[in-house]
Amino acid sequence: MKKLAITLLIALMPSTLLAAGAGLDLKPANVDLRDKASMQRGAGYFINYCQACHSLKFMRLNRVAKDLGIPEDIAKAEMMLGDAKIGDPMLNTIPEDQAKSWFGVAPPDLSLTSRLRGDDWIYNYLISFYKDPSAPSGWNNTVFENAAMPHVLANLQGVQELDHETHELKLVSRGSKTDEYDQIAHDITSFLSYVGEPIKAKRQMYGIFVMVFLLLFFVLAYALKKEYWRDVH
Amino acid sequence: MSLMNWIDDRFPATKVWNEHLAEYYAPKNFNFWYFFGSLALMMLVLQIVTGILLAMNYKPDADLAFASVEYIMRDVPGGWFIRYMHSTGSSAFFIVVYLHMFRGLIYGSYRTPRELIWIIGMVIYLAMMATAFFGYLLPWGQMSYWGAQVIVNLFDAIPLIGGALSEWVRGDYVISDITLNRFYAFHYLVPFILVALVYVHIVALHQVGSNNPDGIEIKKGPKGNRWDENAPADGIPFHPYYSVKDIAGVVGFLILFFAVVFFAPEMGGYFLEAPNFEPANPLKTPEHIAPVWYFTPFYAILRAVPSFAGTQVWGVIAMFASILIMFFLPWLDRSPVKSIRYKGPITKFMIGMFVVVFIVLGYLGTQAPSPLYTTMSQIGTILYFAFFLLMPIYSKLDKTKPVPERVTE
Repeated sequence: MKKLAITLLIALMPSTLLAAGAGLDLKPANVDLRDKASMQRGAGYFINYCQACHSLKFMRLNRVAKDLGIPEDIAKAEMMLGDAKIGDPMLNTIPEDQAKSWFGVAPPDLSLTSRLRGDDWIYNYLISFYKDPSAPSGWNNTVFENAAMPHVLANLQGVQELDHETHELKLVSRGSKTDEYDQIAHDITSFLSYVGEPIKAKRQMYGIFVMVFLLLFFVLAYALKKEYWRDVH
Repeated sequence: MSLMNWIDDRFPATKVWNEHLAEYYAPKNFNFWYFFGSLALMMLVLQIVTGILLAMNYKPDADLAFASVEYIMRDVPGGWFIRYMHSTGSSAFFIVVYLHMFRGLIYGSYRTPRELIWIIGMVIYLAMMATAFFGYLLPWGQMSYWGAQVIVNLFDAIPLIGGALSEWVRGDYVISDITLNRFYAFHYLVPFILVALVYVHIVALHQVGSNNPDGIEIKKGPKGNRWDENAPADGIPFHPYYSVKDIAGVVGFLILFFAVVFFAPEMGGYFLEAPNFEPANPLKTPEHIAPVWYFTPFYAILRAVPSFAGTQVWGVIAMFASILIMFFLPWLDRSPVKSIRYKGPITKFMIGMFVVVFIVLGYLGTQAPSPLYTTMSQIGTILYFAFFLLMPIYSKLDKTKPVPERVTE
């Protein structure tokens, strides 16, 4: 019986979690939610390269400006698409039915992608596009196979090709920011990580205060219990 | 005190206070395991309070529900805090209640004269499961939707009436807006039934008095303590002794609870699952559907039982039986002693095995099925039922130690 219990426990050892993207060998994104400069740059890249197709319908621009320390007049001048107002959610500009007919699927809203797939997945997705003449858009991705999305950042990163024998990506032509591209992917990931849960950095800060308060409270509560119980023991 | 007299003439305020707190004599040897009753009560209150606050901004509408949860998380001031307390609270409530039930199991708190307390407790547990099940649909994410779809489809396995029954539960052929509305109605209703059940649970407890880690009836022991010459000698007034002790327990528990709320609200995907951050999509079945962790031991039992005679109903029967069998615990235990402290090696081994099996089944219920896991679930299911069904035999056969007359420190 004991042997059986041990066998059962050993079989359970590799306890992988339920997060999507498990099984892929992902490089760590190392997002730091205190690095506001990175998130600001990421917001810039997102608005310039992503937001035409991808909405952030649960994220209001004035909240982004406030949380990332961007002055509101700059946000108004540089970060608003179309006739949006500063308090509006960050919507895309492409009409959904047209997007569907061009790409086959409407580009998904990215408000919660960091929580659905994780930061590492986003970062690896952004660095894993490769040229694939057989794909409808001419692009494919090792993290998300047969993704409908073309590599919109190719003129920054350059072009990669997949070596089908080693399954490794190699750069075949340089882009305008090839050497900085890892940082760019990191910045966009940081921004989307922030968007997934805008309160996260503050939540962890509040948590430290709550822990300190409760630990002090526990010392008092325990002392009170000791004092009362002296006459029981 | 004239105001108190005025009230007491019209409402037994002082009488209730004394009978249930200041002059309720609880055994003086409660240990760590006796924190979880008061913690469960606190969790029920916390869930109701946070739930009502969430309900003020939540929209029970298939088109709006998902967005309204994100609205709470982002635009409602402090909304994220209320929501995380509620989502962490549901798991914490189950952890506390499982530990509370385990306390009853090891110290024989279900034995005569406390059979009714145990049965009411089991009804509370069923009502909790119902509340949690209804509530899990409300965020209207992929896992909410498909989890509910799978569980309601269980009724389909019942011969003849199954199809009509599951349709009646859903109000539709699939989980839809109408299902969300009725689940929301029940999710708001059942907690108040829980409050009533908890009241009955405590009234029944105070009728017979609390058990203790020694399983000794202090009411049958010598009389007379510092407070009252007719009270049990081994009893101390609940208030202030256990009220101050429970405050320390509550604060200790809150340290763990708020550590999760502030630093790990998803708890690695066990409290908030990643697929639930995608809105429900009736046309896209997720690769892997699993209920929340507190249901997974029973889900593993459901999947372990193969279909035969052309129906899958056996798994459903086994799953419900695995919960309902706990009701009979007071009559399955034939040991002459109550507490594990005085029970023999067979009982200790069986309880240890039961804990391992419950946790292993819980893990297997979260995983995608595989031949190895199915075999393990089947062994686990057999051992789970063996723990209960063989109890009349092994509890009687087992050696026991003599029970002292007075409680030990």
